[in-house]
Amino acid sequence: MYEIKCDVCVVGGGPAGLSAAVAAKKAGAEDVLIVERDESLGGILQQCIHPGFGLKLFNEELTGPEYYGRFIDEAEKVGVKTMLGSMVLDVTENVVTCINSEYGVCEIEAKSIVLAMGCRERTRANIVIPGTRPAGVYTAGTAQRLMNRQNEMVGKKVVILGSGDIGMIMARRLTLEGAKVEAVVEIMDFLAGLTRNRVQCLDDFGIPLLLSHTVVDIKGNNRVESVVIAEVDENKKPIESTKREIECDTLLLSVGLIPENEVTNKAGIKISPITKGPEVNQYMQTSMPSVFACGNVVHVNDLVDNVSAESATAGKSAALYAAGKLGKADAIAVKTGENVRYVCPQNVVAGDESVDLYFRVMKPEKNVQITVCDGEKVLFKRKAIKVNPGEMEKATVNLNGISELVVSVKEV
Amino acid sequence: MKTDVLVIGAGAVGTAITRELTKYQLNVICVDKREDVGGDCSKSNSAIIHTGYDAKPGTLESELVVAANPRYDQLCADLDIPFKRIGAILPAITDEQFEQLPAIKEKAVKNRVYDVEYLSKEQILAMEPNLNPEVKGGLYIPRESIIDPFLFVVAMAENAVANGAKFMLNTEVTGIRMDGDKVVGAETTNGYIEADYIINAAGLFCDDIAAMVGKNDYYVNPRKGQFYILDKNTECKVNHIVLPIPTKVTKGKLMCPTIHGNMLVGPTAEDLTDKYDKSTNAEGLDSIRVDVQKLIPGVKLSDTITQYSGLRPNRNPEGLNIDTYDDVKHYVNLSGVRSTGLTNSVSCGTYVASILKKMGLDMKWNENFISKRKGIVRIKDLPKEEQHKMIEKNPLYGNIVCRCETVTEGEIVDAIHSPIPATTVDAVKRRLRAGMGRCQGGFCGPKVIEIIARELGVEPKDVRKGHSESYMVCGKVK
Repeated sequence: MYEIKCDVCVVGGGPAGLSAAVAAKKAGAEDVLIVERDESLGGILQQCIHPGFGLKLFNEELTGPEYYGRFIDEAEKVGVKTMLGSMVLDVTENVVTCINSEYGVCEIEAKSIVLAMGCRERTRANIVIPGTRPAGVYTAGTAQRLMNRQNEMVGKKVVILGSGDIGMIMARRLTLEGAKVEAVVEIMDFLAGLTRNRVQCLDDFGIPLLLSHTVVDIKGNNRVESVVIAEVDENKKPIESTKREIECDTLLLSVGLIPENEVTNKAGIKISPITKGPEVNQYMQTSMPSVFACGNVVHVNDLVDNVSAESATAGKSAALYAAGKLGKADAIAVKTGENVRYVCPQNVVAGDESVDLYFRVMKPEKNVQITVCDGEKVLFKRKAIKVNPGEMEKATVNLNGISELVVSVKEV
Repeated sequence: MKTDVLVIGAGAVGTAITRELTKYQLNVICVDKREDVGGDCSKSNSAIIHTGYDAKPGTLESELVVAANPRYDQLCADLDIPFKRIGAILPAITDEQFEQLPAIKEKAVKNRVYDVEYLSKEQILAMEPNLNPEVKGGLYIPRESIIDPFLFVVAMAENAVANGAKFMLNTEVTGIRMDGDKVVGAETTNGYIEADYIINAAGLFCDDIAAMVGKNDYYVNPRKGQFYILDKNTECKVNHIVLPIPTKVTKGKLMCPTIHGNMLVGPTAEDLTDKYDKSTNAEGLDSIRVDVQKLIPGVKLSDTITQYSGLRPNRNPEGLNIDTYDDVKHYVNLSGVRSTGLTNSVSCGTYVASILKKMGLDMKWNENFISKRKGIVRIKDLPKEEQHKMIEKNPLYGNIVCRCETVTEGEIVDAIHSPIPATTVDAVKRRLRAGMGRCQGGFCGPKVIEIIARELGVEPKDVRKGHSESYMVCGKVK
């Protein structure tokens, strides 16, 4: 068995892990190690060759590789260590166990640990699409990997279920590669992803978006031959009379992402039933005080810029914890008020500091007021023309002397 | 090509017969039209090794299944595959069901299954805390067991190969040649195979083969069974095979653990005509929910990681039959090997061997028969020190490809080069579970395509999910 020691061990070398590692190093941690299962750093951004990253953080429009490239440069500059091709199997309070071709089984003893494993895609089975089980049913991210990292074309005639961002981006990518995207089908009556992606990826290419529709059957014994779509009623039940068959060889699914928390679960860290990620405080600290978490492993973000920001917090906190400068104080739960599905962080430690509360609404609304209240006291107030579950909202509040926090979104 | 015995069908039954015949000094060829062994009914069923407690007493099926069950402990140990005697319970939820219990127990005794016991309400709830609290009592069938049906067939086939049998896959029988009243060989899509004896173990398609020798006394229709597989992390689990009290129409829908720790829920029973229709449908899946909730009210089908359907080869008229014919000599016809087929397979092997002997085949014992087979070493099951040693020996064992089920590149390469080579994405999946976990191949799928292409020396576009037309990708991007 191979044994090593470090101050901060970061699990995952995608945008979250990179940002956390750089921040940890900058906050004074001597020895910061990223453990990454892929042979290269960058995570899912390696397959995101389209532009649209970094608008918030760098005020520039970058591609995925350009975006994480900046973090890799920074990581090299500050001296972050990496261990690639290494799959983490177990995390305990101070030990990360991983497996690696070169060293075999490795035990990494760390003063603090940052979880940055990202997320995975929901599958056909999660949403129970009946039909046959032929080749040619892919999640959008898997198709994106095949096309952008392995240069393999997944199909020629495509239907996409779900209007998530990856699905829309893949609609454009496939079209540019000569495939015909027959439709993007969305069961909700509103778009799941960002509006800008609808405009740039669907509208600009004349790809039809069918809201309140779903796929009710998949046909073909070997390869997909067609899918049957139907409009849904207000209870999301398909309307029989609206069924129609679309001939295609590929069905892509962009039906949501789930934080990847296998090792978090095994470690016994508290997981939020809503986000499916670990519950954290404003320091991105989990219920296991030496373990921090950031990025899509905590909650699925829509912008990598936000991931980088919250991961920097996690990295810095982990460095402080490793140095004995951050403990575990009693936290106050952040409550969800009207039309708020979840807030991250889920709890906060009171004190004289400002924190960003990220949250998502349950349903789209127009002309709303966003408030964060401590009892009768309004700590934050902002009007918004519209809110959408696909776009994360932010509220910044000072935590001095608070006794409770409730985030609400109300129509005005 | 020439052989002593040709077995048609490489499902559980055909494979078990083939393996059994290698215990004698015989040349045996097993052909199957599919690309892998265990390709049809044997891969999508409820993965249970039955006791035969509920078979129709006095039938061949009862005789074979009752005889088969006790063989599995040793057989699975020899074949290096997992097997667990977890036992089944039959809870009576309604008074009407409760009144049926004595008759079920009596039937078990008639089948010479003597270890079925009554369970009180308290006992049954202690065994299965998630049962419907309305339960009145039930029965316990301790030797009902679970197995991995894919590994079982693969292991038997590999062991048969080690003992000299030959498997020809992608080989469909298109006709059977006769010389007078005796079969002499089979035309296949891979050429003519001269055979002294022919065994029809074609399962769902055994009536098509029977028709080739002029036998039309029965036909087979597929009876579809749809299933859910739930995530290992689902909260509401059961410890035993939980069976409903059967109705006249069906044995009903059960819930049980799989050998790998998932929960299996189903199946439906729908009579079809299309032998290729393995689709699931909303009605069927919904009926599973409704029925299983009566047994296990807390079952969480939203924790599903996949749904699938299998086709039972339902014989009309019903019943397991192993037939020989005066006017078609040197030919054995198996039909209606249905729900208990997985269990029965080993008995079918022994039974068919005895028939062949009676028919006059010279069956000299093969003293060199190797009963043990070693499976692919599963890295995830080893202690850390052993894992470490394996990786030192072969670094590919340190590269985890399927994260949900912890499958390494080394194991995938082993499967591709095993005695029955796994040459498709599904074949790899069935042997190692890569892609069978909660992400359903989203992460490992592209890598598995790459590894298969590399190991077989083909292009990724030539890699198949299963059948020859099931291509995964269609060429390079621009």
